[in-house]
Amino acid sequence: MTTPVPVMGDANGGFVVELEQFSGPLDLLLHLIREDELDITDLPIAKIADQFLAAIGELKLNQAADYLEMAARLLRIKAQMLLPRRAGDDEWEDPRAELVRRLLEYQQIRELVEWLGAAAARRAEQFGRGFAPPPAAPAAAAPLVIDLNDVLGAAERVIALIPEPVLHRVVPRPLDVEGATARIEALLARREAFGWLEVVGERRTIVEVLSTFIALLELAKRGVLSVRQDGPFAPIQIRREPPRPAA
Amino acid sequence: MSPLAQLLEAALFAAARPLSVEELLALEPEAGAAAVDAALVEIRDTFAAGTHGIELVEIGDGWQFLTRRDYAEAIERAEFAVRPRRLSPAALETLAIIAYRQPVGRIEVDEIRGVDSGAVIDKLVERGLVEIVTRGEGLGRPLLYGTTPQFLETLGLKDLEELPRLEELSVALRPPAPAEPE
Repeated sequence: MTTPVPVMGDANGGFVVELEQFSGPLDLLLHLIREDELDITDLPIAKIADQFLAAIGELKLNQAADYLEMAARLLRIKAQMLLPRRAGDDEWEDPRAELVRRLLEYQQIRELVEWLGAAAARRAEQFGRGFAPPPAAPAAAAPLVIDLNDVLGAAERVIALIPEPVLHRVVPRPLDVEGATARIEALLARREAFGWLEVVGERRTIVEVLSTFIALLELAKRGVLSVRQDGPFAPIQIRREPPRPAA
Repeated sequence: MSPLAQLLEAALFAAARPLSVEELLALEPEAGAAAVDAALVEIRDTFAAGTHGIELVEIGDGWQFLTRRDYAEAIERAEFAVRPRRLSPAALETLAIIAYRQPVGRIEVDEIRGVDSGAVIDKLVERGLVEIVTRGEGLGRPLLYGTTPQFLETLGLKDLEELPRLEELSVALRPPAPAEPE
């Protein structure tokens, strides 16, 4: 995080840096600036660009897109600085301005990181009472215990829901999820909770059952309702969810 | 201690998470928030008298009994409790940006950090430190993130007001809204 001196001499007089110690190109850039005690607001861009390129070469970071992008940016600024400009030209905008602004902003984030890290470390020195479930944790599901008879019984119940098992006809109708969604929403508007059988209604074709099920899952995903089943093959309970606050 | 303070003490002991004054009021609705506040202070002062191993701390929008710092090492050595894993620098950077800019989208976090932050944000959501709070305007209605009570608890903060003010830092952060040209 603070990486005061991540550079260590090795036998060849080069340096070895632990990649992990930089969280991004801005971090590396700040490190180089600090190391040379450069003035951020008046950055010697040619020097820092060369150092950055050398560093990412050494660090084998020259494959990483984020670092390459920064290298390209530095080179562009370096080129822009070389363009001639008239003395007293008010229109001239320092090509370094955007980079300097980002560096200062990032430097402030690093200060906050120090603060947050220290706060978290301090908090970690105190223990609350352990092993309590977090407030919103759902009750652990009971282990599923079934035997073959349960499975066969369930299969029979499902088959019994379909009026006439038709095996040789392709159903031309696509799933009517929208219709099912509308039906569920109409039910939700009237009642806070209801059962699965009330949703599928009388028309229990397999298409109807599937459409309704998909619609239920979709609405549950959107947080409009919650679906609950107390045990395997128990009745499914559908309940309206309170609308989430927007902020 | 007063009967109300004893009741609150029992509840705080049982709950094992910070309880807010509103939650504590459910125990004795007639008491009123002011009386609960006073009772909490009474408990805190009782435990602060220097004869207890735990203390009542105001944290994460509520109050919680925590062990005293002096005993952290002994408890940990005996493996009765474990300190939570430290947050990585990348996680702290991302948390800092979200804490100060909330509600904030992933793109803005990426921009300030100069690296892709999607995976880090997902991890923070998983740990319950940040959450999706709303969707932004504009292209694709991006998800906007904010910090959770768990964030405050992890950092030992009462509320977000306890974060350092940006003016106190040595460099000023760009204001959230783009500055109008003068």
